[in-house]
Amino acid sequence: MWRRWRGVLRTPLGLGAAALTAAVLVLAVVAPMLWTDDANAVDTGNILAGASGEHWAGTDNLGRDILYRTLVATRLSVELAVAATAIAVLAGLVLGTAGFVLGRRSSRLVSATINIAVAFPGILLALFFAVIFGVGATGAVFAIGLAGAPVFGRLTQTLVAGVAARDFISAARIAGVGRLRILVRHVLPNIAEPLVVNATIGAGGALLSFAGLSFLGLGVQQPDYDWGRLLFDGVGSIYVNPAAALAPGAAVLLAGLAFNLLGESIAKALGVGVVGGIPALGPAPVSLAAEDAPVEPAGHDGTDLVLDVRDLEVTFPGARGPIRPVRGVSFGVRRGEAVGVVGESGSGKSLTALAVSRLVGEPGRVEASRLELLGHDLRARDSRAQRRLLGTSLTMVFQDPMTSFNPTRRMGGQLAEVARHHQGMDRRAALARAVDRLRAVRIGDPERRAHQYPHEFSGGMRQRAMIGMGLMGSPALIVADEPTTALDVTVQQQVLDLLATIRAADDVALVLISHDVTVVGEVCDRVLVMYAGRIVEDLPAADLAGSARHPYTRALVAAVPDMDTDLDQPLAVIPGRPVDPADVPPGCAYAARCPLATARCRAEDPPLESDGTGRRVACWHAGEPIAVEIADREEVEV
Amino acid sequence: MTTEGGLRFEDVTVRYGATTAVDGVSLTVPPGQVVGLVGESGSGKSTLARAAVGLAPVCAGRITLDGRPVPTRGRRRPLQMVFQDPYSSLDPRMRIGDSIAEALPPGRSRAERRAEVERLLELVHLDPGRAAVLPALLSGGQRQRVALARALAADPQVVIADEITSALDVSIQGAVLNLVRELQRELGLSLLFISHNLAVVRYVASHVAVMHDGAIVEEGPAHRVLTDPCHDYTRELLAAVPGSTAPDRPRRTP
Amino acid sequence: MSLASSVASTPAPRVGVASHPWVRFGLRRLGRLLVSLWVLVTASFLMIHLIPGDPVRAALGPTAPASLVAARRAEMGLDDPLLVQYWHYLQHLFTGDLGTSMISQLPVSQIVSQRLPATLQLALLAFAVAIAAAVPLGVAMGVLTRRGHGRRTELAFTTSSVVVGIVPDFLLGVGLVYVFGVSLGWLPVAGDATPSAYVLPVLSLAIGPAAILSRIIRVEMVTILEADFVRTARAKRLPARTIYLGHALPNALTASLTLGGLLLSAMVAGTVLVENVFAWPGLGSTIVSSILNKDYQVVQAIVLVYGVGVLLVNTLVDVALALIDPRSTIRED
Repeated sequence: MWRRWRGVLRTPLGLGAAALTAAVLVLAVVAPMLWTDDANAVDTGNILAGASGEHWAGTDNLGRDILYRTLVATRLSVELAVAATAIAVLAGLVLGTAGFVLGRRSSRLVSATINIAVAFPGILLALFFAVIFGVGATGAVFAIGLAGAPVFGRLTQTLVAGVAARDFISAARIAGVGRLRILVRHVLPNIAEPLVVNATIGAGGALLSFAGLSFLGLGVQQPDYDWGRLLFDGVGSIYVNPAAALAPGAAVLLAGLAFNLLGESIAKALGVGVVGGIPALGPAPVSLAAEDAPVEPAGHDGTDLVLDVRDLEVTFPGARGPIRPVRGVSFGVRRGEAVGVVGESGSGKSLTALAVSRLVGEPGRVEASRLELLGHDLRARDSRAQRRLLGTSLTMVFQDPMTSFNPTRRMGGQLAEVARHHQGMDRRAALARAVDRLRAVRIGDPERRAHQYPHEFSGGMRQRAMIGMGLMGSPALIVADEPTTALDVTVQQQVLDLLATIRAADDVALVLISHDVTVVGEVCDRVLVMYAGRIVEDLPAADLAGSARHPYTRALVAAVPDMDTDLDQPLAVIPGRPVDPADVPPGCAYAARCPLATARCRAEDPPLESDGTGRRVACWHAGEPIAVEIADREEVEV
Repeated sequence: MTTEGGLRFEDVTVRYGATTAVDGVSLTVPPGQVVGLVGESGSGKSTLARAAVGLAPVCAGRITLDGRPVPTRGRRRPLQMVFQDPYSSLDPRMRIGDSIAEALPPGRSRAERRAEVERLLELVHLDPGRAAVLPALLSGGQRQRVALARALAADPQVVIADEITSALDVSIQGAVLNLVRELQRELGLSLLFISHNLAVVRYVASHVAVMHDGAIVEEGPAHRVLTDPCHDYTRELLAAVPGSTAPDRPRRTP
Repeated sequence: MSLASSVASTPAPRVGVASHPWVRFGLRRLGRLLVSLWVLVTASFLMIHLIPGDPVRAALGPTAPASLVAARRAEMGLDDPLLVQYWHYLQHLFTGDLGTSMISQLPVSQIVSQRLPATLQLALLAFAVAIAAAVPLGVAMGVLTRRGHGRRTELAFTTSSVVVGIVPDFLLGVGLVYVFGVSLGWLPVAGDATPSAYVLPVLSLAIGPAAILSRIIRVEMVTILEADFVRTARAKRLPARTIYLGHALPNALTASLTLGGLLLSAMVAGTVLVENVFAWPGLGSTIVSSILNKDYQVVQAIVLVYGVGVLLVNTLVDVALALIDPRSTIRED
């Protein structure tokens, strides 16, 4: 935890902000002790003097030194800002947590109050309170503090709501822990960091607001002075001595910046940094021909291939050298064929699909010795012709139909767009085609539906519309990445049935990526099993249940209960965890979890070899009986 | 199913504003039995569970445990729940041992509590030496074990398991299911096991109730409901299970 | 999780006009506006009564004869019961009567209507400048610094926009006065007599919010370019321009507008400080002198006017949001 805080100091901005803040705080303590007398010394011979060697920032209307006054004013300025921030944070905490402690009805009232108050800008609230509390430093502290309270209240409320929605709060309540105790033990520790960060930023804001109020003459009154007051006095004589305004102005700006930037730096250091998930964006460059050896894909005659992939690799830059989540994948898909790709999270199956569709984004790199769709080389540079080919012949269906449509545009328009860009249809014709395609994917009342927005569709309907969007062209291949994972079983069935119908009607090929062996087994002709970025087995779907030869495939099938599982036996368990793509061991990647593993497996990676019947497997011990049933007792997850 | 003991839902209705999430549901979890509750999202199965532990408001009907209303106040909580998402159900800033200890019934010395936490960790096959570890260091499967241990810490009469394996990778799901069956057998636990996955429910539960649109449409011994369903909706669910060979839907072949 | 959400959004069949999402959105928004207005009016009424001591005595000073104070109090109805005063206050508001200044004896409505146009001009111009600068800048920066691109550009832009965003408008104003008025003498630093006099006040009001807004838009743009539906758009092989402007921008704007709305309403209030820097003949300089002179009738009225302005901006932002993103009409249900 402290390591994360120390991360603040590692960026130049964070280090600078921390140093500046420390300097301001030290000055606040030291300056009044050292220079109070200098600051109050009246020099009648030097009234309103400009900057000189004697008075670096000139003097005021009593001949007092502006620079010393600015330095001494640090303490009062910081004190007032901190006091105001404390009031804002405390009042905000009370407001923001009241709802959690008091229960549903009071929480509504409190949040309605906060909502109204937060709509009014802080300076307006501060003016309002300044009128009530009266002109002067004390009034201004309360005015700025209370003006900041709604913002902190809202922040606290949001943070508390975020934590309260999590299951561990429910668990604590079920265990009989009281609300106040939950607040102290579970909620506050989990919101402390963002609160501290925002309080730091808030202190910077309070400092500047205070300067604002004093600048208007509503804050600190003579003979006391803070930076705002000095600025107020200095601006009046800005033509005579600009330094009298600029010195306190610079001071308040520096101090405000210091607190603000420190807060921002802490926020950045503590927050989730830019860590590499692997999302898809614009087409990454596909490097040309690694080798041109004409290797036929195992087991296929290569004549009616819709998709032909050889030695596909996907690489991302990592903190410790490049990461290769896909490590040499070769397969072909024939016209009308349904190929399933299964594997656990991190096996590289989705990335394979994205790479094939040229949707891996930078900084990812895709390399292949062959990557052809309908005989066209997809490794060529992005061109209009290639976009048209991909846009009309290849269809993608993604996992989450909730997020895969643009929420701000009507469904019909989103479908029509494809025809307008790739088939040159006009608006009307494209929309008519969209309606027709919605009908084709069995969406009732398609004319009305085309005018609706995605949020007005149910999950299953959205997924069907996504398929319909793919049918705007005349696809030869549908790549579906977990298309039913987010759906209910009955809806899942409708979507799978729809895919099957389309396939049968137009001889469209399908690549179905799924973690669910049973789904793939039901829908596909052939299954590719992936582990740690490689295909470990390629077999007919019908053989999945009975005669898989790779121990991983067999374990994967056995670990999932189906409607025929023997109820008297414990489920098979795969010990250990899946391989981290950043840390692939030498030899067979599955060896550490494999009951058949030998010294050879740990040293040498088995190649994916065809057995002559069209099946391929990568295992030194393919098909060997697995004698020892792994008992549940010994299962270790490390 | 008409015994006096166990967890009983009698005509329970839960409403959120204008929507009725649970509509007059009656269901019994007899002592020492596992009742599976299946249904799709929005069927109200999770709401029913949350109502039982006091996290959702009961509009009508009552929920009793051994004939008495389920206590939703005070420290003694004989009904416990395990949640779906293991990444949300443990306080990221609390050591797992403390999370478990928090659920222990009050009135024990510090040493007794520590011993009890160690016993519970062992029960769910976790190293008792890791009690001082923060959840961030555990895998999803291990977290779900901790959540089970916390539920057991309260010495519950009934445990509700709400989709506890659906957020886990397939290779880990099996291990958690095995653990649930083992705990049930060894401790004679009563369990309300909620899942959308029929095969998982079939593996764990002896009784099955099917929920649809806030109501229970069919209920009975697991074997009977899953092989010889009476209600159309149950049939539809069964037919939709991937890989199933239900007679009314021919297996597709290219 | 995702299982639960797929049905939660299934449109429930509803009947009747009142059930149309737009009608319900309009009614709800109107309701909120009215409640906020009521709170504002009540707060401005209470302001005078929350001031410790006698506001009339405070305004007229300690030397004023007691008979004069008593007469003025009676004239203003300050001796009536609070509820009666409240009722009179509301009645007068509806007829546009904002009371009489205790110092100048002028009707407050006259002072406000004299001063309001200058403030409105300043605020609207600053709005326009801030948005016109922030949107293109934010979008361009978002595209330039999307995943993995332009690390240096991102650092430079983020740092400078944070720093510029922190500088408060009045300090920026003082700085601009010094550079362009005092040192270079290029631009006038006070009043609103010539078009060139608008430059510095508008800039000092607009620059900070523009920096913050462009930063927000950039962040939203970068986030949205990672969204699933942008991936879908790419899978459709649409040209880059269509993806950025047609798909990403509307979504980035809706996400930015919520915070942007707060910035815009803060600009309304920001005029108070900026007007005092530039001796701008608007409401902002009037409210400050009135507070110092304890001319509470005027203060009360101007606070009310500013509050209404803020509420109008908020409502406009919400409507704009609903026009761009239809989901926001049902979000609060």
